[in-house]
Amino acid sequence: MRILKSHPLLKLLNGYLIDSPQPANISYLWNFGSLLALCLVIQIVTGVTLAMHYTPSVLEAFNSVEHIMRDVNNGWLVRYLHANTASAFFFLVYLHIGRGLYYGSYKSPRTLTWAIGTVILIVMMATAFLGYVLPYGQMSLWGATVITNLMSAIPWIGQDIVEFIWGGFSVNNATLNRFFALHFLLPFVLAALALMHLIAMHDTVGSGNPLGISGNYDRLPFAPYFIFKDLVTIFIFFIVLSIFVFFMPNALGDSENYVMANPMQTPPAIVPEWYLLPFYAILRSIPNKLLGVIAMFAAILALMVMPITDLSKLRGVQFRPLSKVAFYIFVANFLVLMQIGAKHVETPFIEFGQISTVLYFAYFFVIVPVVSLIENSLVELATKK
Amino acid sequence: MLARTVSRSVPFRGIARQSLNRASTRASSSAAGAESASSPFHLTVTASVATAVAVGSAAYLYGQEAFASTPAEEGLHPTNYPWEHAKWNKTFDHAALRRGFQVYREVCASCHSLTRVPWRSFVGVMHTVDEMKAMAEENEYDTEPNDQGEIEKRPGKLSDYIPAPYKNEEAARAANGGALPPDLSLIVKGRHGGCNYIFSLLTGYPDEPPAGATVQEGMNFNPYFPGTAIAMGRVLFDGVVEYEDGTPATTSQMAKDVVEFLNWAAEPEMDDRKKMGVKAIALLTGLFAVSVWVKRYKWSPIKTRKIVYSPPVSRR
Repeated sequence: MRILKSHPLLKLLNGYLIDSPQPANISYLWNFGSLLALCLVIQIVTGVTLAMHYTPSVLEAFNSVEHIMRDVNNGWLVRYLHANTASAFFFLVYLHIGRGLYYGSYKSPRTLTWAIGTVILIVMMATAFLGYVLPYGQMSLWGATVITNLMSAIPWIGQDIVEFIWGGFSVNNATLNRFFALHFLLPFVLAALALMHLIAMHDTVGSGNPLGISGNYDRLPFAPYFIFKDLVTIFIFFIVLSIFVFFMPNALGDSENYVMANPMQTPPAIVPEWYLLPFYAILRSIPNKLLGVIAMFAAILALMVMPITDLSKLRGVQFRPLSKVAFYIFVANFLVLMQIGAKHVETPFIEFGQISTVLYFAYFFVIVPVVSLIENSLVELATKK
Repeated sequence: MLARTVSRSVPFRGIARQSLNRASTRASSSAAGAESASSPFHLTVTASVATAVAVGSAAYLYGQEAFASTPAEEGLHPTNYPWEHAKWNKTFDHAALRRGFQVYREVCASCHSLTRVPWRSFVGVMHTVDEMKAMAEENEYDTEPNDQGEIEKRPGKLSDYIPAPYKNEEAARAANGGALPPDLSLIVKGRHGGCNYIFSLLTGYPDEPPAGATVQEGMNFNPYFPGTAIAMGRVLFDGVVEYEDGTPATTSQMAKDVVEFLNWAAEPEMDDRKKMGVKAIALLTGLFAVSVWVKRYKWSPIKTRKIVYSPPVSRR
């Protein structure tokens, strides 16, 4: 027997990346998984390299980042790669989730994969937030202040929790140090979760496919077919990433973060990075602080209910025109929320934010179950003798 | 008629007869199938146009800079100038950098520090080693403590950083009526609008504040500055600097040169970055082309295979 199939470790590799049979009809939308794995690898490699030159101290953090940018050989490249791959990571993960929503990837028997995926999204957001604090520019400090202060909404013990997180009475050196430690730790947790995500999918029924039927009728081995298919999008990804890194490295960042953190001066506007804006918009749409915080976390966790609220008998929306419309409205609404998250809190953005927030939650809890029931009935009517 | 086409497509007569009965019930579903199958091109075009419109409008909406502050807080938005060095295939104009440094040294440096820029970084960019050594030596720096623990003064070296005009923040504020002149090392990256903002600010001082505008004692009116009241007065006037290369030193020329110089101070790696970027894109495009070819090569048997349904031979 080939060593690939008998060796205790190599046979795992074989089972996942070489002989692993994949449905022949999966489209390029199934390439996001490999791209996300690549993102995680880039982030860990560049991140560990940055950590070799970074100083987690409120006095030196900003200077050490500038030292990386100016004095470390190709340090600017490593840092710009790290910052822009973070954005790419979220861009791709949103597409990956969108693919999952469209093709019903959350439906049984892949619910565990979906649930782990939601946890991955949460850990990713935490990691990105912690990482954004590290350069210790103005937006780092004030973003950290705003987000950690959210915990103070918890009744009775909120303020104690916030001070526990800070390790003091405001964002300070202890906060920065623990954020650095956690930012170093979480990517490895993320890697473990990603592996669990893979195992959960691989050891149930494997990838779904655009038709929403069993993939067992026609499968192809991973190598060479899907290795070379993944490679195509990997190069597209690298080209797009290069355009950002080499020609507009700060296009996605806020210029406020090139000003050293100053606890005595609040910047005119505190805005998170673009990928957190939809959830920031939801937070700000709720007038009550505690309810706003709950809504923001619920907005992410809402993904978890998809396997329950999607009552459709068909997997995916490709043969369900009403759901298709609902899906695209959801996507558009998500983009609207992203816009509103960056706006000043004033009319009409408050009202639009509230409408969009309602629509966001309505998709998960009302639109999906109702529309899927309607479509089930229509299918039954049409197929009844 | 549809029923007939359905039955004709089934090759075996026996099955055809069976399916004739079923065909009428299936007619509704196959009618829809036939319609959509007849115009896949039309569908593709519609879908592509819809996607393009959706992506385009999203890009239009999101591509615009997001403003989280009210217009009054932000100040007047600077004009977009066609900065030559900002183009993807252009480098800094190194003669302009040299002029810009002269403007910085003779005008800005009396109040603004440039602490992240060492003398050595100018070498090979806009000055020679000897020029920079001479310039560094004009400044005094503290030595390490000597054997007696005394700190003495020594002339500057290439590895030293440009000295700040004030000892500390308090001294800077005291000399400027309470306002702190910001360090200029990162000013282009650290302000919304970057080069456009700095240029507009430097050239945007009106002779008189507009009617109705209240300007505090010791402050100046500048519409581009957030809040419009800026402690810095207008500093660039025609001919305030005499360029060593003979370029006429108009206000806008000096502003343009110093902005480009400050951009270099903020992003000294820009020329290398763009050069590396061109290489990266060229290599990756080649690799992408090869990967498309290999993918198609590997997949062509799959894409061109014919799947035939051979029904069991019917019993006579």
